[in-house]
Amino acid sequence: MHELAVCQALMDQVAAVAVREAAQRVTAVTLQIGDLSGVEPQLLQDAWPIASAGSLAAGAALRIETVPLRVRCLACGGETDASPNRLVCGDCGSFRTTLISGEELMLKNVELERAATGDAA
Amino acid sequence: MCDTCGCNVTDANRHLIEAGGRHAKTESGSEAVTVLQNLLSENDREAAHNREHFDRHGVLAINLMSSPGSGKTALLEASIDALKSEFRIAVIEGDLETENDAARVRAKGVPAVQITTGTACHLDAHMVHQGLHKLDLDTIDILFIENVGNLVCPASFDLGQHLNVTLLSVTEGDDKPAKYPVIFRAADLMLVTKCDLLQVLGDFEPARAEHHLRHLASEAPMLPLSARSGENLDAWFSWLRQAVAEQAARIARGETARPSIQPEGAQLHAHTHP
Repeated sequence: MHELAVCQALMDQVAAVAVREAAQRVTAVTLQIGDLSGVEPQLLQDAWPIASAGSLAAGAALRIETVPLRVRCLACGGETDASPNRLVCGDCGSFRTTLISGEELMLKNVELERAATGDAA
Repeated sequence: MCDTCGCNVTDANRHLIEAGGRHAKTESGSEAVTVLQNLLSENDREAAHNREHFDRHGVLAINLMSSPGSGKTALLEASIDALKSEFRIAVIEGDLETENDAARVRAKGVPAVQITTGTACHLDAHMVHQGLHKLDLDTIDILFIENVGNLVCPASFDLGQHLNVTLLSVTEGDDKPAKYPVIFRAADLMLVTKCDLLQVLGDFEPARAEHHLRHLASEAPMLPLSARSGENLDAWFSWLRQAVAEQAARIARGETARPSIQPEGAQLHAHTHP
């Protein structure tokens, strides 16, 4: 439900990168989204054309890499897969775990084209 | 996660930085610029700013989250009645429309700021910041932020609060923590509200609700209570007194706290302010 707000925040960041890198056009944007991030990848995909309309990123592809949930057990030290409502240790069953990955809500990279004469990487 | 302490670099993306260079050419010839920035970093920055305000003025900020109608405002009314001679309390109310909740709180004799979000399903740090300007923080010990009633979106936005309290009313069913893991996992305390209705309903098992909470790797305490009957409210008040004392101790040490979503995360986020 809050994916449009997230997408607008994404657009602000993409625009800032584009300005900083003197880009003419943004061709693709890649995100990392964890299963526990609280946002739904498909809803972000739906909101992206709206948030990017009329900007340097209009028409850019939005690629979303989902990040699996992994926990580390504070009791036995094991690292196991988990699911959003079952974050206990997959080895010993302890609920004293910390999340290794799965909370990501991250702009990973921006693919862009610079002006033909510019080569200032 | 924030973008200041490195906690945005996880096992899933660390290689991108370690592989060297944030710039690379793609097959199509365009340039890929590695960013690795939390999408909500602008909100998180404002939240950190709010938290500095709270700490500078000695305020404990508590974010109340739940579905609509779970009894957040009723709990606040009962808490104000019991504690207003002990603590100076103020409330920021978030709703899509109406001043109703702020009016209920003001009727109890404490300041309240109503934020109407229009169509937005959550409060964010900027909205709370605007609300803060309508309050005199030097005259507040506890600021309750009553978030928009919603078990999904409020969990994603840091407001600058020190603690999250998530309410689950017994009429909603004891499996809500399993159905809405993100918001219940964020709780520093889970209150099971409307417990005076337990006997009438007969199908809500507090132990089952706690079982689902533990499966989220949460060690947060669970307190069953009823604002209407007064049952177990003393335990909630004791928790609040403890939280106020801990906040005063943190401020004396020049430290702050974020909701302890994970023990490791809380350590990462215990930034010290000069």
